[in-house]
Amino acid sequence: MTDTAELSSEERGAQEAELREVWRTPSGWRYWTSVNNSDIGLWYGSAAFLFMLFAGVLALLVRVQLAVPDNDFLSADTFNQAFTLHGTVMMFLFAVPIFEAVAIFLLPSMLGARELPFPRLSAFGFWSFALGGVFVCGSILFGAAPNTGWFMYPPLATDKEYSGIGADIWLLGLSFIEVASIAAAVELIVGIMKCRAPGMRINMMPLFAWYLLIVAGMILFAFPPLIAGDILFEMERMFGWPFFDAARGGDPLLWQHLFWIFGHPEVYIIFLPAIALMAMIAPTFAQRPIVGYSWIVLAAVGTGFLSFGLWVHHMFTTGLPQISLAFFSAASEAVAIPTGVQIFVFIATMLAGRVIFSVPMLFGAGGLAIFVIGGLTGVMVALVPVDWQAHDTYFIVAHLHYVLIGGMLFPVVAGIYYYYPLLNARKLSDRLGKIAFWLMFIGFNVAFFPMHLAGLRGMPRRVFTYPADIGWDWFNLISTIGAFIFAAGVTIVVVDVLRPKHRQPKEEQNPWNAGTLEWISEPEEKWGVRSIPIIRSRYPIWDQPGLVEDIKAGRYYLPDAKDGARETLVTSVLDAEPLQCLRVGGTSVLSILAAFSLGGVFIALTFHWWIVTAACAVITLVAIVAWLWTGTAVIPRDEMRDVGLGKTLPLYMSGPQSVGWWAMFITMAGDGTAYASLIFGYFFYWTIHNDFTGGHAGPGLLWPLAAAGLFTLAWLAMLLARRVNGGDRPALTRLLLLLSLLLTLAAGGAGLAGPYFAGMDPTVHVYPAIVWVVTLWTVVHGGVGIVMQLYCLTRSLAGRMDRHHDMDLRNVVLYWHFLVITAITSFGVLGLFPELR
Amino acid sequence: MRLIPKEIESLWTLFTAPTIWALHFLACYITAAIHCAKADAAASLGTTRLVLGIITVAALTGIALSAYLAWRQWGFGSGDPPHDEPTRRDRLLFQGFATLLLSGLSFVAVLFVAVPLVFIGACQP
Repeated sequence: MTDTAELSSEERGAQEAELREVWRTPSGWRYWTSVNNSDIGLWYGSAAFLFMLFAGVLALLVRVQLAVPDNDFLSADTFNQAFTLHGTVMMFLFAVPIFEAVAIFLLPSMLGARELPFPRLSAFGFWSFALGGVFVCGSILFGAAPNTGWFMYPPLATDKEYSGIGADIWLLGLSFIEVASIAAAVELIVGIMKCRAPGMRINMMPLFAWYLLIVAGMILFAFPPLIAGDILFEMERMFGWPFFDAARGGDPLLWQHLFWIFGHPEVYIIFLPAIALMAMIAPTFAQRPIVGYSWIVLAAVGTGFLSFGLWVHHMFTTGLPQISLAFFSAASEAVAIPTGVQIFVFIATMLAGRVIFSVPMLFGAGGLAIFVIGGLTGVMVALVPVDWQAHDTYFIVAHLHYVLIGGMLFPVVAGIYYYYPLLNARKLSDRLGKIAFWLMFIGFNVAFFPMHLAGLRGMPRRVFTYPADIGWDWFNLISTIGAFIFAAGVTIVVVDVLRPKHRQPKEEQNPWNAGTLEWISEPEEKWGVRSIPIIRSRYPIWDQPGLVEDIKAGRYYLPDAKDGARETLVTSVLDAEPLQCLRVGGTSVLSILAAFSLGGVFIALTFHWWIVTAACAVITLVAIVAWLWTGTAVIPRDEMRDVGLGKTLPLYMSGPQSVGWWAMFITMAGDGTAYASLIFGYFFYWTIHNDFTGGHAGPGLLWPLAAAGLFTLAWLAMLLARRVNGGDRPALTRLLLLLSLLLTLAAGGAGLAGPYFAGMDPTVHVYPAIVWVVTLWTVVHGGVGIVMQLYCLTRSLAGRMDRHHDMDLRNVVLYWHFLVITAITSFGVLGLFPELR
Repeated sequence: MRLIPKEIESLWTLFTAPTIWALHFLACYITAAIHCAKADAAASLGTTRLVLGIITVAALTGIALSAYLAWRQWGFGSGDPPHDEPTRRDRLLFQGFATLLLSGLSFVAVLFVAVPLVFIGACQP
């Protein structure tokens, strides 16, 4: 082969020792400071699985309570906490994080990369998730768990007397976890687009990566509306700003809109990664490439888009105009098309190959069968008249569990059985797996099928008990029995995973004879891949003979770690041509510190400990700045790096070529979505009232327009600073940064002056409240902009930023593009719209 | 000036048709919602329906154009899938084919969403 290099065995041994040292996971307590994707992925997955078991126990408590009529096993309030926490934990602490875990664990090796581009961000995400999850789950032990349903509808959930501190725990704990999800989305999008092995063009990408790319994009547009909703909700609970209080001009329906704009795509955010696992498993057990690769891409992208047009089908009974209901009903029916395409592709793949019915295939196929039933009832309740009948009954409970357990839990268990050898080189037990499958499959149907019938007989959701004589008792008893059979199956899976296996002989590296790259990773080694290969097929292990040996012998790119840094390759988006040798962050305590102090902010806010909140916020800021200062945009000693095979690549890149620029762009796209949701709120109040100001004075024209103008000037100064810096004039660059900083300060002041001098009191009516929220959002973003300007200024003074190494400045200017759009929109709307209407 | 845009190489062209679907969907939903909120409940949708009908035709035309461009990128169907060769040509063909499929789905989805405009004449009949 011409594109591989030959090495002597001493050279090879020396390289391996270097790599091992660089990628070593620390021992002792420092083990927890690891940022390696295989460690983080494992912790993430284990934590999510533990939360799932916890929520499963809650479900069993709920089922015991409902087993017989007039039961008093749980009090009404404990029952409310149990089902609320069950739903919340399953959705936020299991279903979404488990896919992040699987992705962080698998993606690098699947893409032929050493690491994802921001390993410390993954660690930060994990610790945020773990802390937030323990906080939310722990609340039930103090009888303080949220108790108003996992969707927290106001006015019930804004009623402090009823919901106590539980609602705050939900809002703040989950906002914190949403931060972790967005962090994961950034990591995954940049990783999939920019860190694939050379030659892995987009038509060669594993389907798992395609799905994850779409899902990460969906997270970016689905989670921020919920964050915006959480902000409004918490402002109402903490300070009495009446966003959802009808008596003061608010509207509880706005929460439902914001929640379900998140909540419906969420279902597909959960479903697509699980089906992505099937897209990896089915070809392996059919021993042939997937049939209809492009059709899967169609289905993933199509579902991703259409899933955003479905949210109102959770609100069919809220009295919206029927024409609106009809639009959402139509889109809800349309999404069945791409969903169906995927199912047919799997069936076709299985028909075209010779299927080996192993345990992963059993779970996969069983899950799809269950999912199809849930999909069919979904098509039913997408029809408005059927929904009017079925809404809030057990029919919906049955439907959603068929969709989620069939579409997500079963494929995830399939994934556990399939990928377990990557963890410790041994398979799980075939026999236990089969027993577990049949218990789970039968138990599931026994538990959930009768719920359709109970629902059709009128049993409403969320009741803690029911009388004996209305025909629901048998269905409930059968459901409870089924739930325990199902739980027995899950227990067997847990036992199988945890039982000691050191007596079991090790399997070969690729025991299922799979064709995709994740099977090159060696469980004992932490470096991901020994050398980064050149890819020429969708199933490289099948189609590129000698590939695995060549990779292991270090015959491809980056076989060494000469400079003692963790490195991976950055390649182009479409054709995966090598562009850069990227140095990624190594083991660090900073990401834990940042996550825990940010967690401290959210937890202290829950209990209104303002001083602790402020202290934690300061620590968070310091930790993040220290993290950026030491770990990002480091000017390398040599500009170029010989990556092997006669190729030399730059170590430093800035602007749209760099991964940091992409991360900023993606983060700000999510941030912009949250902002758009607030603006949606502003206009929402305009539509529901004849005079949406409620007769209250607005911020006027002068101050808002001055603020918009000053923000624009500050932005222009930033553009100029970037340009001047490119012309190697550091003194002038610093001056312009300073000027822009002062302009931003003035802009923020002008923005606040509008509502302040107009005497707008956000507690009396929703109009002043929404004006204040939009203003504060914009001004706080200005404040973040100031921190970034100070950072660039200091970098420049410290000699860490110059004309060629201007990544910091370019990323900050990108932030400013978004900021100036936000500012012009905010102050334009706040100032001009009341005049125009 | 050329009527048909030149071929561009970008990942983003894949998302053209579904983006048009999303914009059309939002236009329908927002226009109808504002109309129904500001008029009284029994009011006829009248001109709003006509406006949305025109927007629907525009959206369908846009998607058809995107489909044509995708068909061209797919070499007017000159090669059959799976397009899994490690060449720039196969990558282009794959992009074209996937974009064409998505255009088809988006076209149908726009039609789905437009159906209520035909049958529902008032906000709350």
